Amino acid sequence: MAEAFKFELVSPERLLVSAEVESVVIPGAEGEMTVMAHHAPVMTTIKPGVVTVKAASGSEERYVVFGGFADIVPAGCTLLAESAVAVKDVDRADLARRIQEAKEDAADAKDDQARSKAEQFLSQLTTLEGAILPA
Amino acid sequence: MPSLKDLRNRIASVKATQKITKAMQMVAAAKLRRAQEAAEAARPYSERMGSVLANITQAIGGGGDAPALMTGTGKDNVHLLVVCTAERGLCGGFNSQIARLARDHIRRLLADGKQVKIICVGKKGFDILRRDYASLILDRVDLREVKTLGFVNADAIAKKVIHLFNEGAFDICTLFYSQFKSVISQVPTAQQIIPAGVASAPAEAVDGGNAVYEYEPEPGEILSDLIPRNISVQVFRALLENAAGEMGAKMSAMDNATRNAGEMINKLSITYNRQRQAQITKELIEIISGAEAL
Repeated sequence: MAEAFKFELVSPERLLVSAEVESVVIPGAEGEMTVMAHHAPVMTTIKPGVVTVKAASGSEERYVVFGGFADIVPAGCTLLAESAVAVKDVDRADLARRIQEAKEDAADAKDDQARSKAEQFLSQLTTLEGAILPA
Repeated sequence: MPSLKDLRNRIASVKATQKITKAMQMVAAAKLRRAQEAAEAARPYSERMGSVLANITQAIGGGGDAPALMTGTGKDNVHLLVVCTAERGLCGGFNSQIARLARDHIRRLLADGKQVKIICVGKKGFDILRRDYASLILDRVDLREVKTLGFVNADAIAKKVIHLFNEGAFDICTLFYSQFKSVISQVPTAQQIIPAGVASAPAEAVDGGNAVYEYEPEPGEILSDLIPRNISVQVFRALLENAAGEMGAKMSAMDNATRNAGEMINKLSITYNRQRQAQITKELIEIISGAEAL
């Protein structure tokens, strides 16, 4: 049994999770990472994706986040998400709307840099949709 | 001298008003509790955001790669004021206090020969500022239809501001809102959000603040992502504080109104009773003197 550490998932509207957990999988901007106790201090932005929280009691919960960043210190991990919901509460229509918006953004982009950014965001969203829809 | 019937009508109408103000007070009290809860729920995020920002700024150490939103344009010729007020009146001096602070600010800036642009959030502030500075108002944001304030509302306002900044429409952006101190006290506040005056927060507030962070991606890149978000958070906080303040102000205003109505009813009742008694006495005298004359 791995050591537990403090994990907090915060969205601007409220504090979603504040608990002792065993491990957390975070969709970092440069790849997924699993955070466990005594992790080296890292600050990373996150892309839209699924956060998997494994509680100290062994139960596992999954949350969908849309961008944000994570602040990891040896004593704990704080995830500041732009918007976060539990996977079971995800609103399909909302996700579809976000994808639609991202598509429009990609179409409207003025220069290459903005377009590649928008397209990247769109692909992240569609991957996310694929990941949670069967669940 | 009003007749007895007039007085009776008057008392009935004041009583009806009292009932309305009483109901409004109770509604405001219930909404205040919800607004306060929302403001409290949002606090962890903005606190964390502040500490993270302080950490990163420290890491960058004021290097050249700080984004423009943070350093500003280096000028202060054009000022953008975002004035956040309530959508509805009947809340005492709440809206006019914010508007007065904004107006003083505008007058000072104009006297210094600066250019001023205004974005109004909320109908009341727009109504007040429109009288004097209609030509300066760029835009107004209407939150009348919004039932519960969400982060999306704040985000939309922040995006608008950032978009204007990127177009070079202004140099300095100040946010006007009312800070919620307590139910009876709201302090109108002006807060500069662009360039972001990053508080040189002491690192001891952060767990492991002295640790050497690894950044993924580069600190500058995180920062350029973080600053716009921080602006949204500041706007969101201002809106929430405003919502709580509005309800607090409305509650005390309506409490006063209810009490005034009560006083008025008492006074009117006394006049009514006196006049009725005078009429009875007058009739008695008429009867008695009529009997004596026989």
